[in-house]
Amino acid sequence: MSNMITIGISDMKVGKGGESFVTYALGSCVGICLYDPVSRVGGLGHIMLPKYPAENPKENKYRFADTCISEMIREMERLGGYRSKMVAKIAGGAKMFEVSGDSSFGNIGRRNVMAVKAMLAWFKIPIRAEDTGFNYGRTVYFYTENGSMIVKSFANGICTY
Amino acid sequence: MSTLDLDQLNDMHLDVLKEIGNIGAGNAATSLSKMLDTTINMSVPRVRILDISDAATALGGPENPVVGILTKFRGDIDGIMMFIIGQTFAGAVLKSLLGVQQVSYHSLSELELSAISEIGNIMIAAYLGSISTLSQMKVKTSVPAVAVDMVGALLSVPAIEMSSVSDKVIFIEDDFLGSDSQITSNMMMVPDMESLGRLMQKLGIQL
Repeated sequence: MSNMITIGISDMKVGKGGESFVTYALGSCVGICLYDPVSRVGGLGHIMLPKYPAENPKENKYRFADTCISEMIREMERLGGYRSKMVAKIAGGAKMFEVSGDSSFGNIGRRNVMAVKAMLAWFKIPIRAEDTGFNYGRTVYFYTENGSMIVKSFANGICTY
Repeated sequence: MSTLDLDQLNDMHLDVLKEIGNIGAGNAATSLSKMLDTTINMSVPRVRILDISDAATALGGPENPVVGILTKFRGDIDGIMMFIIGQTFAGAVLKSLLGVQQVSYHSLSELELSAISEIGNIMIAAYLGSISTLSQMKVKTSVPAVAVDMVGALLSVPAIEMSSVSDKVIFIEDDFLGSDSQITSNMMMVPDMESLGRLMQKLGIQL
């Protein structure tokens, strides 16, 4: 296996030339894999929250679904990727705790997934695979060699997309 | 009331949190020793302000399976507390409570999980009790929620739910020494910043 590049929380990296990325233990966070299969440019982002706060412009862009995706597309284009060719695979957005008497608790996972989908739709990037929701954490591997995403979870073992 | 980032807490604030941790751990040690019917000693707690990813490293890496018991608290002070129980801690507790020899988080029975959750409830109550005793502030807790999963996936929950401006948590570690084992407990707290200010003020410290 080639070198594995780790993506932290609120982090994003892109590559061309067969890089493999991993991001560990997504809970309500969402891992976004973008890939241009023609140029084989790909990237993986790990977002925590749906929307960049306009009132606090010093925030980390990779922390939010909207700004992370637009930055990722821009950096992939810089490496020779084409937006019109890009496809997406996403995972995460779970609800880790069920707090009784507080139905809004933990809905951030679902809101993160919705924000990611809205942003991808806006850029007209189709979603080819999705492993989201439910109540368990996920580790995501993404291989720019062939665009495959592997999701490892404590609850479900290993799934390849 | 100034809102502040956990990053801005100084040594004096940390000392207050340490004292809260100390009294809380004292309460917890008493409860644990009654429950397990054995003498338990404790060390001085370590209180740190950590990034979520550093906290995950301190807890055995992001994919390490743990049990998390989470409670929201409200009242004069609002926030979230989460008690993390690793397999060593669970093993020691289940051995003396249920006579279980081997604990695997991949195959926990309902009884085992319920016993572990109860320990978490006791620990959380001990710490929150110490906050209200020290500050004379009223604190009410939600029914605790439990999850068994990769520690990294659980750690981000309190900070996100409190819409914290940074990815920092207050991390309180205590060593409990039983007759033949040592276990470390890990409590995590993300208070609402205004409430933390009120707590400090109540104890005579300016933020």
